[in-house]
Order: sequence, then C-alpha cells, then structure tokens
Amino acid sequence: MPPLNSLTRRGRLDHGPRTSILGTLRRGLVGVVVALCLAEAVARWGVDSSALPPVSVVLANTGRLLVDPAFLTEVAATLTAAVTGLGIAAVAGVGLGLLLGSLRWVERASSVVVEFLRPIPSVALIPVAILVFGQGSEMKVALVTYAALWPILFNTLYGVRAVEPLARESARVFGVPRLAVLARVVLPSTAPFVAAGVRISAAIALIVTVSAELLAGAAEGLGSWILRMSSGGANTDMVYAGTIVAGLLGLVVNGLLRAGEQRLFRWKRLMEEQT
Amino acid sequence: MLDVRGLTHTYGSGATAHTALADISFSVAEGELVSVVGPSGCGKTTLLRVLSGLQRPTGGEVSFQGRPVNGVPEGLAMVFQDYARSLYPWQTVAGNVRFPLRHLRLGREEAHRRVAESLAAVGLEGHSDRYPSQLSGGMQQRVAIARALAYQPGVLLMDEPFASIDAQTREDLEDLVLKVRERYDMTIVFVTHDIDESVYLADRVVVLSGPPTTVVTTIDVPLPQPRDQIETKELREFVALRGEVARLIRRPSSDRAPEPLHSHSGND
Amino acid sequence: MKTFPTVEPTSHARGPGMVRPAPANPGQGAQGPARSGRTARAGRTLGSFLLRWAVLAGLLLVWELAALNARSPFFPPPTEFLARAGELWLPSAEAWLTDSMRDDVLPSLARMLAGLALATVTAVALGVAIGLNRRIGDYVDPVIQFARALPPPALIPLFLVLFGRDDLMRVLLIAFGTSWPILINTIEGVRSIDPLKHATARVFGVPLHTRLTRIVLPGASQKILAGVRTALALGLILMVISEMVAATGGIGYHIVQAQRGFQILDMWAGIALLGVLGYLLNLALTLVEHRLLAWHRIANRPSSEPAGQ
Repeated sequence: MPPLNSLTRRGRLDHGPRTSILGTLRRGLVGVVVALCLAEAVARWGVDSSALPPVSVVLANTGRLLVDPAFLTEVAATLTAAVTGLGIAAVAGVGLGLLLGSLRWVERASSVVVEFLRPIPSVALIPVAILVFGQGSEMKVALVTYAALWPILFNTLYGVRAVEPLARESARVFGVPRLAVLARVVLPSTAPFVAAGVRISAAIALIVTVSAELLAGAAEGLGSWILRMSSGGANTDMVYAGTIVAGLLGLVVNGLLRAGEQRLFRWKRLMEEQT
Repeated sequence: MLDVRGLTHTYGSGATAHTALADISFSVAEGELVSVVGPSGCGKTTLLRVLSGLQRPTGGEVSFQGRPVNGVPEGLAMVFQDYARSLYPWQTVAGNVRFPLRHLRLGREEAHRRVAESLAAVGLEGHSDRYPSQLSGGMQQRVAIARALAYQPGVLLMDEPFASIDAQTREDLEDLVLKVRERYDMTIVFVTHDIDESVYLADRVVVLSGPPTTVVTTIDVPLPQPRDQIETKELREFVALRGEVARLIRRPSSDRAPEPLHSHSGND
Repeated sequence: MKTFPTVEPTSHARGPGMVRPAPANPGQGAQGPARSGRTARAGRTLGSFLLRWAVLAGLLLVWELAALNARSPFFPPPTEFLARAGELWLPSAEAWLTDSMRDDVLPSLARMLAGLALATVTAVALGVAIGLNRRIGDYVDPVIQFARALPPPALIPLFLVLFGRDDLMRVLLIAFGTSWPILINTIEGVRSIDPLKHATARVFGVPLHTRLTRIVLPGASQKILAGVRTALALGLILMVISEMVAATGGIGYHIVQAQRGFQILDMWAGIALLGVLGYLLNLALTLVEHRLLAWHRIANRPSSEPAGQ
C-alpha cells in the first residue's frame, strides 16, 4: 500500500511560495465546493437523476443517516469486524516481522511462499471464506486478517532492518542482556514503522470489510446495508449516502491513527526536523 | 586492570585478507588515562571493538580485571565517536543516561541520584527532559559521557569521541574528561588520531603504526596536573612530546616502508 | 532521503526475497582466488534458491497429506486443483489457447493492464503538477483524500450508471482505484527532489519541458515505480472485484461461478492462478525497475554496498 501521507503535510523541501495554514484551508475548501458543484451539475443536467441523484440530496441523506440508530448499528458491526481482524493481524504481523527480521534464514526460507501468498487478493478468498466460515462476522474477520497482515508484516520487517547497529552495540557494551536489547532497543526503534503499517492496514481493513459485506451478502454491516439499498434500485440516493459514510469512516480512522502517531513518536519528528 | 597481549586481527582470508592488527601489546593500570594514537586507518576502531568484547580477535588475548575477555565484560562503558547514532532518539536525555542502569537493579533512588549527578557533572542539568535531537553535537556527546559516568564503569573506552566536534567545543570536552576523571578516579582508554589531544589528556601515550598495525612505542607524559588548554600546551615538555609522537607516526619505524594510508578497507 | 513515516515503499512492497541478482564485480579478474570466491557465492545463491522453493514444496506436501487424510470437501489436495488448473489454462495438444484462457484470463489481464496504464499516465501527470506547485495540491487535497478512502466495490453501482456494464466500466474502475498510490508517490517523489537541482537548471536557463523530463521524472522515478508496484497489487484486487458483479467472463467471474456451483477444484484453481499471476507480474515489474533505475543503483553503490550484506 502507498505511503498514505496527507498532501498538505509540509514536505521538507518547499517548492514555490510557502503557504499559510489558513491559505491551505481556504484553498482546500474551494476545491471541495468546486467538486461538489461539479457533481451536482452532472447529476442535474447530465444523467438520469434516479440513477445519479444530486449531491445536495445525497448529503442531506448522509446527515440523516449519521443520527439514525439502526444505521449506526450496521456501522458498528463493520467497525467491530475490521478492528478485530486488524488486531489479530497486528499481533501476528509484528511477531512474524520480528522473527523474520531477526533471523535471516527464516526470512530466506519463507520468501517464495510469501511471494506467492501475498498477491492473492483477499477478495478472491471470499468464496473460500464463505465456504469455511459462512456469511457471519468470522468470514469478515478472517479476510481482514489476511489482507491487513501484509503491510504490518513488511513494515515491521523493514523497521527491524533499519535499527541502528550502533544503538544495539552501545546497549551491548553496557552489558544489557540480549532479550532486553530486543525489548528496549529494537522494539522502540521499530515502533514507528509498525504504527505506519497499522495505519495503512486500517484503511485496508475497512475497505475489505465493506467489500466482503457487499460481495458476500453478509448478514449485517455497512456493506450489506448498501447492498440492500441498491437491490431495489429505487434508493440510489441512500446507496451513495452509505458510500460517503464509508469514505468518511476511512478518513476519520486515518486521521485518528495519524494523530496518535504524532503524539507517540514525537522524538521521530524532532529527528526529522533536524535533518 | 586491562591487559592486551599479542593481539592480532585479520579480516577475510586468502588473497583478500587484510591484517588490521599485527601485534598489539600494552596494559593499562587502575586509575590511568592512556591515549592510543595512530595514523588514520590504522585499525584503532578494531582495537576498541576487540577491547570491549564486541568483536573477537583472530589472535592474542585481552584480559580485564584479571579475567580474559570473552564477549562484553561487566563493568565496562564506551563513548562512541558517532554520538547521534549511539544515543537513543526515542528517549529523553535522562532516559538515555538511565538506560544502561536498568539491568544493574540499583533501586529507584540510587538510579535517580546517579543520573542527576552525572548530568550535572557534564553540565547538562536542566536538559534532562529534552530529546537528543534537540541538542547540539557537543551536548549530545556530553549526554553519551554522562551515560558512561552514571554506569560507574571499571574502565571507560572512548573511541575518537570528539572527532566530529568543532575545535572550541572540543577543548571544553577534553577538559570535561579530565575533570570527571579526577572526580570519579576512573580508568580511561582514549583512542584518537589527534596528536595534541593524545598528549594533552594522557598519562601515557600508546603510539600505533599504520597497517598492519603494531605498537611503535609507549611514551610517558610527565606533564603537571591539572592541565590547562593554554598553559600546558605552551610548556616546552608538551611541545617536545607532541613533536616526538608526530615523528613516530609519520615515520613508523626505520625498517618498514611507509604504508599508503588509504589502502584500508574502511573500519576506522 | 529519509522520509519517515512514509516507510520506503520499495522495500515493503518488494518483500523479503525477490531473487536478488548477485552483485557484479567488474574489478575482479579471472585470478584463482577471485574465481573460487565467485563459485562459492554462486553455490550459496543456488543453495538459498533451492531452500526457498523446497519450503514451498514442503508446505504443499503437508497440505496434500493433510487433505488426503481429512478429505474435507472445501480443501482439496493441491495436486488435484493444480491439475485442474493445468487442464483449464495450459496449452494442450488440441488447443494452444484453451477456452478459459481466451475467455477469462486474457481479457482479465488486458482490462487490468489497460486500467493500470491509464492510471499511471493520469496519476503521474497530475502528481508532477501537484508536486511542483503546492497551491494546486492545496486545492485538490481534501477531495483526493476523500476519494481515496471510498471502498472501490461501493463505487460499482455508480460506475455502472455512469459508464454502462461493459469493459469500459471495468477498466475505469481499475484505473480509478489504482491511481491513488501512484499519485501519492509521484507527489512525494517530486517534492523530495533537491531544490538545488531545480536552481542549477534554472541558472543555466534549461527550459521547463527539459527540466520535467531530465530532472523531475528521473528524480521521482524510484518513488513512482514503488507506487506502480502497490497499484499492481491493487489492480489485481479490483480486477477480481469488477468481475464479481455484473460480469460474463474473467478470472473473478470464474471463481465466483465455481463457488456458487460448488466446483471446489475450479475455485481453488482460480485462486492459485491469481497467486501465480501476481508473482509473475511482480517479477516483470522488478525487471522493468531494474532497467529503468540502473543509474540509481550506480549512484548509490559506494554507500550501499558494504552496508548491504
């Protein structure tokens, strides 16, 4: 998955005039308004409006959905499945990443297996997951775990490899036991990489959960809600409202995790500002 | 305290083998400050890594407090040249100093006292909650020195600790080393390629040749204590000593052809 | 170029074990020791190569034995579904191109590659513009962030309405979904170019289009390719998704039909095919990257070689 960096985050090297935060906000708002107007115009004068309802209608529906308890129950089901799968993937991914990062031969031996497993898209495993787990939440959790595992695993692996050798050595010179070096040098130094992996995987987890619900016709969840709304054909405005909620969910989760990283890894930011 | 007998170390084997240390023997007595000086690329870093037990030599023996060194011995501390990489960026200044104390099981108060005391000794009181990356290079190296002091080691190894620090700060830090040595009565092995520094700091200077490295000679430094950056360096004895060391380094010995300094494989 | 917490995508995208070519040693002639060193290294490389594949074979064997023992209807032995895969897609005596190859696999791949190509062209162009001009970035950032967070399957209804039910809709869906990693990486790559390089070019009066092709694109190429690699994995997913809804052919369609008809062998064969395709596409991309980024390796050689092993 890509480095999910916000574009507005100031890069180290500025091109063009330096812009103020207020200017950035103002321009972002202009961008959003223009995009909304464009979509509204396409819906009003472009296509059949029963298939593509105007943005204003969709947004009004979105607002109503966000306070509708029945709808929020579905969202909660989606979030529960995504978070559970993400949690399992995080534990497994960090464990495997530390193992592969510390023992080169294990990494070598497993590489071909990993290269074959990784490209198998999680959605292609939906049929298997349905056969094995049925259409309940276990199916979703299993798929999410599989999909979310890879970014966490590879980020951990990369983080372990990036541990400063001198940092390990200075601990050893002071007689710090090996296990303590792992816990107090390797882990803290790898933690930001793990966190970035978890953030990337969180986005994937949400997308996979909603996809699985949509494609497998799960019993509950945001995806199955969208599926139910779209099956009649009359509720397209609701379908888009649900889609927007899914997008908003992704934004909120990403924002929260990013804020958490900024708090937890202040030292990393300080280091970057130095260079 | 620290005994080095017939130490040799060779990297690689066969035709590509590179002998970093040919034959090194010297000893350091308790409470002594010995500086090890040699031309750049003469395997000083290899020597320190072997002394600290991080690296096993291919021949010879190191013993520390009477016991042979196999792996990292207890009661040893090191200050690395590369302070930015040897400090832990995720820990505060105080956290870095406290770090090696944890496995000593000192008790909270004793550990706290040592941290505060050693930070005060290097003049960093009031900076304990900052992160290393917020400090200048000289201050970061002070943190590394404080970390070593708090550990109260039997011997302190310093690997060209001031090589990447500007001249003014460097003089301050040299005096800091002398001050804490006085105060903690510490045994120090100070590796450097700077001739002035080696003479100014030491009780004894071990002069190394270029690779394959041997000990050219050991010179006593009978300069009066306490030393002073200006007055000590004006003394006739100081000038004579630094001249002697410089000549030894430039012309290692009469029977050996001068070695090209840059043929070395990059561990210094 | 430390860009944390961006996490260098090349390395986690490539994974641990892409067969890394042994470093060439132009300096070493054919003297005895050098040669023996080289054969020793070749021996080691061969050894680890065999080990990797042996582990895969071992796992398959375990699966085979377990499946033969358990006789679970859902987990057939690998030999059976691999044989089925061969039957379905490998050229045979009667047909060089099997039916399923012609109707499912090749159209799927064509749609995926078309979508990916479209995404690459658009995203790189847009990414260069945004990367060079922060103001443009400010305008589109919120919209991009939001669009990227939308789950692609949820967009299928919209795409069906806008672009109909045929190949065009699928290609555009793939292009839409795969463009984000390329776009983001291009922006990052362009912004990470040393401003001194721009300044130097401007001082010498180098015109804009030359600066774009000679400074901006090469400078950002590593990041762009890393983005394409991520996009490739995403492209496979979207290819399958787009064929699970309102389709009449394709690998995804094949898998879903097999599952609905309880043709478990066909289903597993399809999944195995996706694994192999992903592996091969990744390998192909690695080769392309190797060619395109040759200058990068040379530029980084002195610093990276000793630290590498």
